[in-house]
Amino acid sequence: MSLWKIAWRSIQQRSLASALTALSMALGVALVVAVLVILGVIDQSFRRSAQGYDLIVGAKGSRFELVLSTVFHLGRPTASIRYLVYYELINGRYAPDVEAAVPVCLGDTFKGFRVIGTTPDMFDKFEYSSGKPYEFRDGGRNFAWGEPFEAVVGATVARRAGLEVGKTFRPVHGDVLDRDDEHDEFTVVGILKPTGTPNDRAVFVNIEGFYRIHASAFLGAEPGKSAAKAEPDKSAAKAESDKSAAKAESDKSAAKAESDKGHHDEAGDEIPMDKKEITAVLVALRTGNIPRRVALPKMLSKELEVQAIAPSEEVSRLFEGIVGNVQWILLFLAVLVVIVAGIGILVSMYNSMSDRRHEIAIMRALGARRVTVMLIVLWESILLALGGGAMGVLLGHGLTGLLGPIIADQVGVVVSPFQFQTSELILIPGLILLAVVVGYLPAIVAYRTDVAQSLIASP
Amino acid sequence: MLQLKDVKKSFLQPDGSELRILDIPEFNVAAGEQVVLVGRSGCGKTTLLHVIAGISRPTSGRVRIEGWDLALLAEAEVDQFRAERIGYVFQTFNLLPSFTALENVQLGMTFGRLRSDRGRARHLLDRVGLAHRLTHRPTQLSVGEQQRVAVARALANRPQLLLADEPTANVDMGNQQNIIDLLRETCEEEKVALVLVTHAPEVAEQFQRIEYLEKVNLAWTTR
Repeated sequence: MSLWKIAWRSIQQRSLASALTALSMALGVALVVAVLVILGVIDQSFRRSAQGYDLIVGAKGSRFELVLSTVFHLGRPTASIRYLVYYELINGRYAPDVEAAVPVCLGDTFKGFRVIGTTPDMFDKFEYSSGKPYEFRDGGRNFAWGEPFEAVVGATVARRAGLEVGKTFRPVHGDVLDRDDEHDEFTVVGILKPTGTPNDRAVFVNIEGFYRIHASAFLGAEPGKSAAKAEPDKSAAKAESDKSAAKAESDKSAAKAESDKGHHDEAGDEIPMDKKEITAVLVALRTGNIPRRVALPKMLSKELEVQAIAPSEEVSRLFEGIVGNVQWILLFLAVLVVIVAGIGILVSMYNSMSDRRHEIAIMRALGARRVTVMLIVLWESILLALGGGAMGVLLGHGLTGLLGPIIADQVGVVVSPFQFQTSELILIPGLILLAVVVGYLPAIVAYRTDVAQSLIASP
Repeated sequence: MLQLKDVKKSFLQPDGSELRILDIPEFNVAAGEQVVLVGRSGCGKTTLLHVIAGISRPTSGRVRIEGWDLALLAEAEVDQFRAERIGYVFQTFNLLPSFTALENVQLGMTFGRLRSDRGRARHLLDRVGLAHRLTHRPTQLSVGEQQRVAVARALANRPQLLLADEPTANVDMGNQQNIIDLLRETCEEEKVALVLVTHAPEVAEQFQRIEYLEKVNLAWTTR
């Protein structure tokens, strides 16, 4: 009969005490697992979101704010840059380096969700994760070039704001729901399938429409009275759009270049290109020519008076700095709970030793060495810790399953109960080590048991 | 096969004086021999069995089993020796309550060279008439059945010497004879020397060699 089986029988003998001890360990481990999984998934999600773009080109200033506002849709939008920057990237001198680029215009919200003015390339040319293109649910589609008042909404927005394909909504300026600041209606033409990225919590509108509702601001007109607002009917807006397209000669070079790229960007054609502004440009670079890729941010910064940053580097800095420390603190607290549970094992086993002296004496009388009974007690401690740990892993993943929808709603990160982190594997040697440490004292008591005295003294 | 020579065992009392429990000038048992030691309570019979089994060391003197002087062996070696060559039947059976009958018998060979021979454990339980009680725990067995499991456990490691400490003290008259018969027959079959301690004359008179502990153990008479 193996020693672990003898230990297991001893655990069964004190089933209630053992179960409670294992439960306390399970709760501690569940906390560790939940912290590891949730933080791990958030970490991965943030890094993955940042990996979708090679560069973000925006106004000079805080690099971190630029990443937060454009990729994670958090914080205040940064200052604007000229539309010309986007033009240079897709049609100008930097075009050979650029695989895809989309402009983003920020400043509006809908029911607390950020509204982003961009082009259809956002979903046609970019993927939300490597090899995972954006998909639309319920027969929806991307908004079209030339359809200024079409919009695509993220999965979380659709669920929480009750938006469906065909429904309309009015974004508001800023983040305050003020009806005076309401813009023209956009029609939802597509709802994104969940991506597990911040884009689930965003509303994407055609940049053409975005320019139309802010035309007055760009043209220096009275704020709050957009060109689109003057045209209450959407069909009228469409007609205006077509009309504008015909007048696009005002910016011949741009029209020609965009025509070459197969675009039909009529973005606010009533606004001259030199007056258009955007918040940033999200860029995917062509592979190859590594030195050029490395040099590009500095070139852009110098020649276009913008800053170009690699979002993945910023996210790494963020996680290695602030978030990383928070992670460690949370993990440290969770590990403390496990250690307290380990002390619970020690107390439970140590208290049971006086009752078990007779049992130990019987085994010694049957020929068990001192070291053997010591090992049996250590096995018991290990089984309790590992058994509790196994329960804790299940509980922890169950907990993440329960918290998953809340996290997805609040942070836009999908946490599945089946997402295992490789860091969880450290629990196995960690728990064994803890069990050996806390089991040592009871094991010593077993080691020192006086056989003859215990056999005579006990019934 | 068992030789005790000038074995003395004393315990220190709270007042600092020594209480001598054993003083045995000589006591020998041949291989396969069955000996009954008769003595009243407190005459040192359990202590004597503990000393023979190596559970406690004598204060002085020699205990030799099959030529091995236990005093010359390290504690771990004595444990190993006991695990492989000595069987022990306790007065209170001392079965482990969380183990089944089969597991209790297997435990008897766990610490010796046989390790866990499940087949032998089944055979022994069959031999003591408990083939149908293999998976029962001690609390599910009658007192007589518990002692029969204890006998099977004591024989599990194929010992050369079986020590039985008042094995019938806690069983009724009907079971008493069954236990004695079982011990004597199985020891004969397995060619195991048996040293049985009892205070019951009706048990003692069934053995050819009866030793009165008061005569073997001079500590009792000189107290």
